[in-house]
Amino acid sequence: MSNLAWIFVSAVLVNNFTLSYFLGLCPFFGVSSRLETAFRLGLANIFVMVITSVCAWSLETLVLPHAPYLRLISFIVVIASTVQFVEMVIKKLSPALFKALGIYLPLITTNCGILGLALFQTSRGYGFFEGLVFAVGAGMGMTLALVLMAGLREEAELSDVPKVARGIALNLIIAGMLAMAFQGFAGLFGSAA
Amino acid sequence: MSATLEGPTTTDEFIKGLWKENPVFVQVLGMCPTLAVTNSAINALAMGLATMVVLVMSNAVISLLRKFIPKQVRIASYILIIASFVTAVEYVIQAVSLDLHKALGAFISLIVVNCVILGRAEAFASKNDLVKSLADGAGMGLGFTFALFLLGAVREVLGSGSLFGVAVLPASFQPWVIMILPSGGFFTLGSWLLFFNYLSKRKARKAALATAEVAS
Repeated sequence: MSNLAWIFVSAVLVNNFTLSYFLGLCPFFGVSSRLETAFRLGLANIFVMVITSVCAWSLETLVLPHAPYLRLISFIVVIASTVQFVEMVIKKLSPALFKALGIYLPLITTNCGILGLALFQTSRGYGFFEGLVFAVGAGMGMTLALVLMAGLREEAELSDVPKVARGIALNLIIAGMLAMAFQGFAGLFGSAA
Repeated sequence: MSATLEGPTTTDEFIKGLWKENPVFVQVLGMCPTLAVTNSAINALAMGLATMVVLVMSNAVISLLRKFIPKQVRIASYILIIASFVTAVEYVIQAVSLDLHKALGAFISLIVVNCVILGRAEAFASKNDLVKSLADGAGMGLGFTFALFLLGAVREVLGSGSLFGVAVLPASFQPWVIMILPSGGFFTLGSWLLFFNYLSKRKARKAALATAEVAS
């Protein structure tokens, strides 16, 4: 049990996917200009990550022992098609949910956070439940980073920033400061990384 | 190499990736590997070269197959082609240097989702012939490697006082540990972008001044 809790806290705070592994930076910088959108993208992200975790676990136990060199290719194909399939199911069953998450799903089907989750889960030898907890934690961590970033960017737009620093350079520096703050969590639970 | 009146030559396609359309500094693509593995110059170079190999190979194959791949499934096909090459590159790195393989870790596999590669496949290789696509891939790859090296070198020099593992700063220098930590990656890339922004703004002002002088 404590193992699961540790995996969760580690994925949300200590080894935050966005701020300490640099995964999923494209949506982090691309879709973080409005708080509302950022939050929804984060939710969609958690959703896809859970699907990914289940897919990766099934592939890893059923198929890949026979053909390890197919790992990367099969991860991508299976994850992308499953997400697309689930997207269609949601569209049919719950139009409201689809409206909230739908347009973001294609955006995240193959971002590096998703593939990174599958790869980390495999290389750390997580089981089914550990994988699920890891997926939810990583997704929440990315959501947290996205929402923080969006809030900061909305504020930064109102302030008087030198022209030369506007745009991506400023966002990078803000992200650096966020990452610095998150490094403070590294002391949590002793030095276990 | 007879250049037609309109349309850039093969050499132009090669050169544009190095500076004018540099994938990292100008297009700001492929951020994940750019920041994640550039805590030392050697890691940065290895990552850059691995990406370049994949980029050139996938550009070549996609360019050759561009007439056969149906439009509806092109993205999926590109990703499959790219993933095959990445798998091959990963095994090669593992065979050549186990240390490097460990240092880069999952980020070698993550070359698949590097948007630079898919971006070039979609924007260039799917519309141009083999030679031009090769040149474009090599140019973009070199530009990417160059940018990664700039980041890696700055972070290693300031963060551990060395370059390629050789001490370059006096022993009295207190390393800025923050530079090799994740936030250092953001700061370094941000600072390079600031610097290039400044240069281009200056150039624009100079040009404006020159035209104003001509006009008066």
